Amino acid sequence: MSTAELMDFDEAIEKFEPVLGFEVHVELGTATKMFSAAPNGFGDEPNTNVSPVCLGLPGSLPVVNEQAVRYSISLGLALGCSIAESSSFARKNYFYPDLAKNYQISQYDEPIAFEGEVEVELSDGSIRRIPIERAHMEEDAGKLTHVGTSGRIQGADHSLVDYNRAGVPLVEIVTHPIFGAGALAPEIAKAYVATIRDIVISLGISEARMERGNLRCDANVSLRPWGQEKLGTRTETKNVNSMRSVERAVRYEIRRQAAILEAGGTITQETRHWHEDTGTTSAGRPKSDADDYRYFPEPDLLPVVPSAELIDELRAALPEPPAARRRRLKTEWGFTDLEFQDVQNGGLVSEVAATIAAGASPAAARKWWTGEITRLANARGAEPTSLVAPESVAELTALVDEGTLTDKLARQVLEGVIDGEGTPAEVVDTRGLAVVSDDGALIAAIDDALAAQPDVLQKIKDGKVQAAGAIIGAVMKAMRGQADAARVRELILERATE
Amino acid sequence: MGEITALTAAELSERLATGEISSVEATRAHLDRISAVEGDVHAFLHVSDHALDVAADIDARRSSGEELGPIAGVPLAIKDVLVTTDMPSTSGSRILEGYMSPFDATTVERSRAAGLVPLGKTNMDEFAMGSSTEHSAFGPTHNPWDLERIPGGSGGGSAAAVAAFEAPLALGSDTGGSIRQPAHVTGTVGVKPTYGAVSRYGAIALASSLDQVGPVARTVLDAGLLQDAVQGHDPRDSTSLTDAWPSMADAARAGARGEGVKGLKIGVISDLTGAGIQEGVSTRFREALDTLEANGAEIVEVSAPHFEYAVAAYYLILPAEASSNLARFDSVRFGLRVTPESGGTVEQVMAASREAGFGPEVKRRIILGTYALSAGYYDAYYGSAQKVRTLIQRDFANAFSHVDVLASPSAPTTAFRFGEKLDDPMAMYLNDVTTIPANLAGVPGISVPVGLAPEDGLPVGIQFMAPAREDARLYQVGASLEALLESEWGHTLMSQAPQLGGKH
Amino acid sequence: MSEISEEQVAHLASLARIALTDDEITNLASELDQIVNSIAKVQEVATDDVPATSHPIPLRNVYRPDVVGDTLTQEQALQNAPDDDGQRFVVSAILGEEQ
Repeated sequence: MSTAELMDFDEAIEKFEPVLGFEVHVELGTATKMFSAAPNGFGDEPNTNVSPVCLGLPGSLPVVNEQAVRYSISLGLALGCSIAESSSFARKNYFYPDLAKNYQISQYDEPIAFEGEVEVELSDGSIRRIPIERAHMEEDAGKLTHVGTSGRIQGADHSLVDYNRAGVPLVEIVTHPIFGAGALAPEIAKAYVATIRDIVISLGISEARMERGNLRCDANVSLRPWGQEKLGTRTETKNVNSMRSVERAVRYEIRRQAAILEAGGTITQETRHWHEDTGTTSAGRPKSDADDYRYFPEPDLLPVVPSAELIDELRAALPEPPAARRRRLKTEWGFTDLEFQDVQNGGLVSEVAATIAAGASPAAARKWWTGEITRLANARGAEPTSLVAPESVAELTALVDEGTLTDKLARQVLEGVIDGEGTPAEVVDTRGLAVVSDDGALIAAIDDALAAQPDVLQKIKDGKVQAAGAIIGAVMKAMRGQADAARVRELILERATE
Repeated sequence: MGEITALTAAELSERLATGEISSVEATRAHLDRISAVEGDVHAFLHVSDHALDVAADIDARRSSGEELGPIAGVPLAIKDVLVTTDMPSTSGSRILEGYMSPFDATTVERSRAAGLVPLGKTNMDEFAMGSSTEHSAFGPTHNPWDLERIPGGSGGGSAAAVAAFEAPLALGSDTGGSIRQPAHVTGTVGVKPTYGAVSRYGAIALASSLDQVGPVARTVLDAGLLQDAVQGHDPRDSTSLTDAWPSMADAARAGARGEGVKGLKIGVISDLTGAGIQEGVSTRFREALDTLEANGAEIVEVSAPHFEYAVAAYYLILPAEASSNLARFDSVRFGLRVTPESGGTVEQVMAASREAGFGPEVKRRIILGTYALSAGYYDAYYGSAQKVRTLIQRDFANAFSHVDVLASPSAPTTAFRFGEKLDDPMAMYLNDVTTIPANLAGVPGISVPVGLAPEDGLPVGIQFMAPAREDARLYQVGASLEALLESEWGHTLMSQAPQLGGKH
Repeated sequence: MSEISEEQVAHLASLARIALTDDEITNLASELDQIVNSIAKVQEVATDDVPATSHPIPLRNVYRPDVVGDTLTQEQALQNAPDDDGQRFVVSAILGEEQ
């Protein structure tokens, strides 16, 4: 759809009320899979982190990972949900080559957690309450790679299947319909996903790296004329794998649907795919009667009946709620309202916290994340959190503090780290970017510069100290920027007074 | 049939222990017997090419003074539903032809650990769907008592192998009677343990909530020895019970000594002894009860009013679970792949592979199960069947509050002829009427031979059922009856079986 | 009364991914009709007050510790594959989409 077929966003909101809903899948960071003892390690050599269960081999049977159950209960509690006295697994039957058994073990009518609420803070500091319908446990599918000219599913010649991800534990968090978002719908969408991510990270149950698919969001959007009670037909946009994209995708769907409705058309109930590159969604599979998943109770697994003691134990171990955590961190870090909102709106609270935990000062951590890293991320169309690990940022600030790097050099090192050249220290080594601290080399460069501009030395000797600037510039150029300008200045002045 | 193959597993074990017979000799004798009679019987889908090596290893370990288990060195036949690393595992299906499992079923692993010597993999109805082995993709097994008749199913291969003296012991699996009904029609002993007593890990699933692996043998004691070797908790099967099990062999020995019959209350399920039971089956069943009564047991009639719904519930639950369990046979990771002539998408390749790889009974049940689970029908069919399951469990609970064990004929008729019920699925399904209730309720059941039907001279079995976890009670009662009948007859039933292969 | 039509069988076959022939569909429609008629009797006693039983022996909270165990090598994983590229399973082009 070209932009001409989209309604202006403000106009769309004037005419229609958007109703949102989200399904967020969180991959749990357990050591092993949900139902088998194979390592939970997607991204390794294909088909090496698999057991007979992951491949659905004849005779294999699932056994529930206790840690995954504990993580799921903790997440349910953190979402303000009730934990089911008894919850059970069910089989969702459909054929797809990435689904080894051709059924997914999930939860259907008895999810582990239900009816909760998440507080989401918007950029103006206001709070929205997002109603949670349920959170249930299930298993991830394998990974398909489409081989052919396009690299996409359409037009592929054949596909390759890697089952390393098959059986990775997932919790799916489903919201109730979210009403009253109005023009704030895109921002609420982004803030909701950012909040879920913060919760998951603070619980320590997932790495929550959206670019790696640890946290995935399906966004449901429908529109109805203001004042109408009946809900409009909704679409479900999949593959929305960054917070920025969630915001953009919701905005796009509102504008697209509004244009269709305004023109007298009808919305097709369907899944839609988000395209990061074009910032658009495209039609996928229509929902139909063919979606008959034939759910039934999983006979190979028994009900999960958590004891009150277990729930109490996990409740007591919960980290503070996100809002309280934000208030505490703001005070601890000594940020102004504006500074903290900068971090908050960038979805960077967890990153800044982790960077500080790794040894950086709050000011430096904030500066790097909201500054250079965000700038590079925008330039690359990526999410800041996907570019670099907090530990690397902390290491970078340490190198600046100890004088190995100047700020300018540090920015070059950061690019090297982002480009996968190694840790900051390794990039410093391989690129030879450390500040030259050898006075001998500096003095030689100073002598060369002074020899090239003999009048300058006399000016300095005459007390025109600012003339040293020309020499400093020449020396920095000769040293390709890898010198501490203050030290160069000191050495020039020493030379002039000899 | 030679002297060694005529021995029971218990007798053979004694001679192995004393060194009178080596495991190599025992294994060779059974391999020779297999060569001699397989042309007639076709009990095996695969015969091991290294059974003698395994036997030699057992012999070497024994002679080095290693303490071996009670049945170490005894040959074993394994139903092809159990996966094995050293032999193909097909579950009787073309779709798995040549499939090699990277792991052993827990029961196979435990059999190996007990020193049993796997001889081969036995024939079965495809994916254990059937009561005659006529649904095997690799041709039927013939009943050693009458080669024109079915050996029962699905585990006809295991029962026939034991009945034809090709193996003293065999492993089977029982989803709705697949161990007990073949035992009934071949004059052998078959036990479906309590659901969860024996691990299902590595048993190619038919209906997960009904499947149970168990022993097949010519005597109750032998069956007990095999159950002792394979039973017990397995952390790889979530439904495996953590109970500490008593020795079933000890229970059988106690029964053979006559312990436990006096005062035993046996409930005869009136709902399973009436219409539809062949006269000779009824006759032998009643005689067996008379024998027990004469030795001090008390026989009472009990009613299980919901058993009449058991077959219906079973043929909803089984196809539903099977339709899901068999979805994995899609030609992606293993199994037959058929590409349509015009090429095709992965969906078309999957559909063509499943069309070509599954036999008619498997397709029938997959479609039936898909129907039972589909939107709009779930509550009426699958949901209702699960409620019937509750009612049948209540019937059992009620009956067991009055009696120690329940008794019924193991199956309504003796072995029928090939093709007799092949075109009438419902008639075939009704053959399981006596065995299905135990699977629905998870309780253990045993079939013990009680003689030959007067009208056709074919074997008849009696089924005993006990409350869940009371498997030992069945072994004791079964061995008691076995000993009483053999002393009445003056011989074992199996000694009356026709000689096969032209050799004795 | 015919409860199961050929169209229905064809739909069920597509859900179950079996490329049934027309003859098979015709036969199955009539066979299933008979079978369903005789097993539908479960509804007679399955009243609202009867709870469903999904597991024959009731157990609960059966777990496995989160410790790495049985894992296949890549070679084992691929050993029965109809087609593979040495690392991954190969399947022909996919028409549909992920669910």
